[in-house]
Amino acid sequence: MNVMDKSMRNESGLTRRQMLAGSAGLTFAFAFAPAMDALAQGAAGKLNAYVTIAADGAITILMPAPEMGQGVNTALPLIIAEELDADWSKVKVDQAPVNPAYNHPVFRAQYQVASLTTRGYWMPLRTAGAQARRVLLDGAAAKWNVPVTELTTEPSTIVHAASNRKMGYGEAASLAQVTDKLPEIKPEQLKPPAQFRLLGKDVPRHDLPDKSSGKLTYASDVQVPGMLYGTIVRAPARGSGPSSFNQDEIRKQPGVVEAVAFDHAIGIVAQSVPQLFAARQKVKATWKDAKASKMDSARDLKEYLAAVRDTAKKGVVVRKTGEAEQALAGAAKVISAEFTSPYVYHAQMEPLSCTASVTADGVEVWAGTQWPTKSVEEAAKAAGVTPDKVKFHTLQMGGGYGRRAFVEYVTDAVLLSKAVGKPVKMVQSREDDIRVGRFRPMTAQKVDVGLDADGKVVAWRHRLAAEPVAPYVYSPARLEADKGVDLIVIYGADVPFYDVPAHLTEHLYEDRGARVAAYRGIGAGYTNLANEAMIDEIALATGKDPFEFRLALLKDPRAKAVISRVAEMADWKRKRTDGRALGMAFSKLGLPPVGFSMIGTVAEIFADKASGKIKVHNMWSVADVGLPLQPNNVAAQIEGALIYGLSGALKEAISIKDGAVEQSNFHDYEVLRQSDIPQIQVEVVRSGDIPLPVGELAIGCTAPAVANAFLALTGKKLRDMPFSPDTVKAALKT
Amino acid sequence: MASISFTINEKPARVDAEADTPLLWVVREQLKLTGTKFGCGSGLCGACTVHVDGQPVRSCQTSVSQVEGRKVTTIEGLSPDGQHPLQKAWVTEQVPQCGYCQSGQIMQAAALLATNKQPTREQIVEHMDGNICRCGTYPRIVRAIERAAGGRS
Repeated sequence: MNVMDKSMRNESGLTRRQMLAGSAGLTFAFAFAPAMDALAQGAAGKLNAYVTIAADGAITILMPAPEMGQGVNTALPLIIAEELDADWSKVKVDQAPVNPAYNHPVFRAQYQVASLTTRGYWMPLRTAGAQARRVLLDGAAAKWNVPVTELTTEPSTIVHAASNRKMGYGEAASLAQVTDKLPEIKPEQLKPPAQFRLLGKDVPRHDLPDKSSGKLTYASDVQVPGMLYGTIVRAPARGSGPSSFNQDEIRKQPGVVEAVAFDHAIGIVAQSVPQLFAARQKVKATWKDAKASKMDSARDLKEYLAAVRDTAKKGVVVRKTGEAEQALAGAAKVISAEFTSPYVYHAQMEPLSCTASVTADGVEVWAGTQWPTKSVEEAAKAAGVTPDKVKFHTLQMGGGYGRRAFVEYVTDAVLLSKAVGKPVKMVQSREDDIRVGRFRPMTAQKVDVGLDADGKVVAWRHRLAAEPVAPYVYSPARLEADKGVDLIVIYGADVPFYDVPAHLTEHLYEDRGARVAAYRGIGAGYTNLANEAMIDEIALATGKDPFEFRLALLKDPRAKAVISRVAEMADWKRKRTDGRALGMAFSKLGLPPVGFSMIGTVAEIFADKASGKIKVHNMWSVADVGLPLQPNNVAAQIEGALIYGLSGALKEAISIKDGAVEQSNFHDYEVLRQSDIPQIQVEVVRSGDIPLPVGELAIGCTAPAVANAFLALTGKKLRDMPFSPDTVKAALKT
Repeated sequence: MASISFTINEKPARVDAEADTPLLWVVREQLKLTGTKFGCGSGLCGACTVHVDGQPVRSCQTSVSQVEGRKVTTIEGLSPDGQHPLQKAWVTEQVPQCGYCQSGQIMQAAALLATNKQPTREQIVEHMDGNICRCGTYPRIVRAIERAAGGRS
């Protein structure tokens, strides 16, 4: 952690620093938001871009990032409040506007992916809080004519102990002299973590009362006077659009105001949602041919498998340590396995929705999005105005999980409003949300592990075939700039914390035009099944206990600590009876310049051999997230991600036939329900002074923990996700 | 188009709508009570759960004509100030994440506690099985229901 501490301190020095993300080739820049000083001017009591304090002491803190359920809209303001030494009961949190002043320091946009929100904003927000406090202190020092160094603070109060004087922040704010150049705060002037009284103390999330009373407004709840309702009918295949549709018939449907063909889709606007959905069901269209028009996922998966088997076919080399292929050729023993995973759907509970109002002056937009900056750009483009003519309302999301890093629904809402000249709330049926969903890519993987005569791992080769995601989420140029490394797809296809001297990861592009996206956990949702199932296979082949084997092969003390503690929690040594068994998995989240959070998980399962149904009875996880800012909320994120990951491990699959998605709603795209949920125990570990990534951490350990428990229970291998009854029965027959 | 009268959150309501209009859309878009959510439109997820004469129903599968003369309660009417024991327990246990499904979860749970003041864990799980939460707040939902029922302090 020392190296990271040092680099993070540097980044607060208002200079831009470029740090290379190791072999991934991604450039991460932790830059301090440069336009912050400029926003200091303005309303009375506005101390900087984030903090305004009224004369009565009421504090308003702006939240720069969007909120999709992970609790950053409490955690981020809390960072500022900590350094400001604010009385939290006097703090009100508002959503910041879309403005470069609030950009995420890594992404240089208001953009929320990769579980980096808290990690990225950590130092800028601490600095902003400390700056605001310093401005207050300077004002009080001038008023009292004492050196600022004699002043201290208590929550929302300035104290001059020598003269026994106190001043509330409201009065101090009215005295504050805010100039163009805010005071420089050096990292060593920040509050030492040992003195934190808000961070690490489980301050309740401020959004939960409104989420327990129905009062919170999501994009789909927005009501604008004169508003109509619209929806968008996309072609089944990506890149296609309508060549014709029954426009006259749709226009005659009850309540329909307009039905129109755009290049990319058909738009319908109606007076009510039921009328809209009824008309949408009557759409008959022919679609232009596209690359994916004849897509067949079952056929494609066979081809993916052929690709990973054919080692003459080289993929993009993502990671290379030593000479794995040579070492494999010389190994005493090679253990090989193949893994597959289907397309899976985000299934956020709020179907995509956005309200837009195009007027002569510009466009007003209400949306829940992981990418506000891009949303503004796209709204401007669709409305044919400059971005300054976009009035954008960033609302909380009814689930994100990567889906709302695409903002095509913002474009759709603007186009619909423009088509009718009125405000339109774009709503999407669940069926359309699935039908044109943007999925985690389908994958085939093959892993070959070489052992020497003593059973020591000498080589590891990981080949993965999947549709690239980066060109679709970003642009083909982005993938090129990253030297072909599509981190969203390939993330986790490495084992940096295990003692493996030679490692090779290859991505075989399957560029077939599927609609694909970033998905909670990104690649780790399938790559870590391959990693951790292989670890258990090696342990089995060498006659070792899977936990002891991990402990010996893991190099990092934090990694050893999480699996040791989780083994204790699960009472690993105790042999289960009643047809149950335990399986373990280790997973990590992060990148070298960010730092890694780590998790150890044990699952206790029962497999009904007749029905093929797996029941997960218990899950234990130990998560080391550096500095947990809100430990109970970190635990909630781990619980949620375990369930999200387990849902994908046991149930979820999208299939595509003749270019069209075959699933349509929660009856044929099943997700975990209350009766499927194991008892879950989570421990959160603090190991440092920097908050590391949390939200996606637990995804990667779910499928392998179950597969490894199944191996322990039956001696059979689950290698194809999801572990549905059919897959289980097939595995039992091997 | 029909004129349909019913009671919503203890106040009289009269709406003009096609008889087969789902109650969900009348509640959300005509009565502007947007705490009740649209999730699937097929009675599969429970996000739209409201009470009709005290019974939990999926408002996306209930036509407005079916509630003529009856008492409809939405999340906004569960308690005047958001202080129903379940709502308090939801906050204490820090249940919601994105929050979108939680109105439906709470309405479903409230119907259970109205008839069974001390449900067992198994009864809770069975009763709540129709409500999907994609953020995975299920364990906390059970804890909050147990707390509201007095099983946890």
